[in-house]
Amino acid sequence: MNPLTELTLSRHNPLVDPTLHVWQWQIPIYLFLGGLVAGLMIIAGVRLIAIRPTQREALVCCTIGPLAGLVFLSLGMFVLFLDLSHKLYVWRLYTTFQITSPMSWGSWILLLVYPALAANALAHLPEAIPALAKRFPVLIAWSDFILSRTRLVVAIGIANVLVGIGLGIYTGILLGTLGARPLWNSALLGPLFLFSGLSTAAALLHGILVLTSSGEELPAFADFLLSSLTRLAQARPLDQKVAPVLAGADNSFLTIELGLLSLFLIGHLTSTAVHQQAATLLLSGPYAAVFWIFVISLGIVLPLILQTLELQNSIRHTLAPALLVIFGGIALRFILVYAGQQSHWFHALN
Amino acid sequence: MSRFAMVIDTRRCVGCYDCVVACKTENGVPEGYSRDWITEEVHGAFPTLQMEIRSERCNHCDNPPCVSCCPTGASHVHEPGGVVLVTHDKCIGCKACLAACPYNARFIHPDGYADKCTFCIHRVERGLDPACVSVCPTHCMHFGDLDDPQSEVSQLLNSRPHHALLPEAGTKPCIFYLT
Repeated sequence: MNPLTELTLSRHNPLVDPTLHVWQWQIPIYLFLGGLVAGLMIIAGVRLIAIRPTQREALVCCTIGPLAGLVFLSLGMFVLFLDLSHKLYVWRLYTTFQITSPMSWGSWILLLVYPALAANALAHLPEAIPALAKRFPVLIAWSDFILSRTRLVVAIGIANVLVGIGLGIYTGILLGTLGARPLWNSALLGPLFLFSGLSTAAALLHGILVLTSSGEELPAFADFLLSSLTRLAQARPLDQKVAPVLAGADNSFLTIELGLLSLFLIGHLTSTAVHQQAATLLLSGPYAAVFWIFVISLGIVLPLILQTLELQNSIRHTLAPALLVIFGGIALRFILVYAGQQSHWFHALN
Repeated sequence: MSRFAMVIDTRRCVGCYDCVVACKTENGVPEGYSRDWITEEVHGAFPTLQMEIRSERCNHCDNPPCVSCCPTGASHVHEPGGVVLVTHDKCIGCKACLAACPYNARFIHPDGYADKCTFCIHRVERGLDPACVSVCPTHCMHFGDLDDPQSEVSQLLNSRPHHALLPEAGTKPCIFYLT
């Protein structure tokens, strides 16, 4: 008979026992939105540097993306605020900088994201949304100011890329540094969340392009909603040439994400007993069905196949891959946050 | 410098919960929450079983992950003594420290801040033992300064076999269990 260890605790602290569940839906949503914003920043930054400032065209990557990023970031910070249990003291985050705390780094990085995204959006805003520029002429002056200075354009682009990389990696490192939860014990979580954020951002922008492309048959309600919005904003047709580029980039990000996820699991399976047990939570334990179906199959593999067929012109560009990638990104955060809290060093005793 | 530590004799502990009640009374711990608790660990294969009863709490680690992850500095190491404490009006309730503690020794107080054992620092600074130590009917709990080789805790650790909880987690806990 194998020896066993049985622990009986008299402790019943809420959110802690029988297994830790201090972080609920707010944290995975915040991590997802943070990753998405990071991806939007990097794509916007690269696109801003890549195009010539004189090429004034309505740009989904450089205007819609950053504007959406500002909204998603605000939403993410609001969701994070909802998670705090001592809300009135949230300002304490900005009275100090704790060098060993990823959350402290993150709170300061989040402050850098706003001006970087806003500057990127501003560069081409009058082109993309003329109605807004007509109402606020100062936007045209600011846009001209930025575009007439090549170095400033490049600086804004680089700032977006660098802050975006910092933000994307931070969302993974936030979990990765919490050594008490074996499932999170991996520096790979940083790049994994970064590339997952990039894939969801590319998917979102690709989805917007698909929605707004001419000749696309939309359901009546979606058609009404979209035409109303574009009429309201007097938006010009978006840059359709970017759609295949985004689909191709998304495929690259998804492939790298799949590779990082594999390395993450290999790292755990070749580590200590507690890490192996933590990995089995995903591979064959209570989270396996969600992991294999929603994260791997529907969130990564199926959109990879669909987008490859789109790029080969075997099928037309649809919203399906974008929705699947976004859903997969959300599922990845949920499963890692929940399973991570369930993993524990005490399992080494079993 | 001094380094406060607790040494608990598992051969004397009977799991009477006096330490738990004393802590709740002394520190006004809300109903339904515990800063310290009793753990019974049964190990072996039937019929050769061994049981260890332990009074557990925050381990006031030398390498406390709850302090390094705190974004506001609310979780800090109080000197002298190296006691890990939480400044309530600096805590934002982000719960990172709860996730960082491998012993699950922290909880969120109903008022919103992270809470845990303080080694009864308010009593220790007046020259008293922590409440749990002072009430133990079997005298299985000992509190003192590890940096003082003449202290009771140092001498017990030098003379008796002992272990700490989850040393493999790398936190260097400062509560030791005599076996």
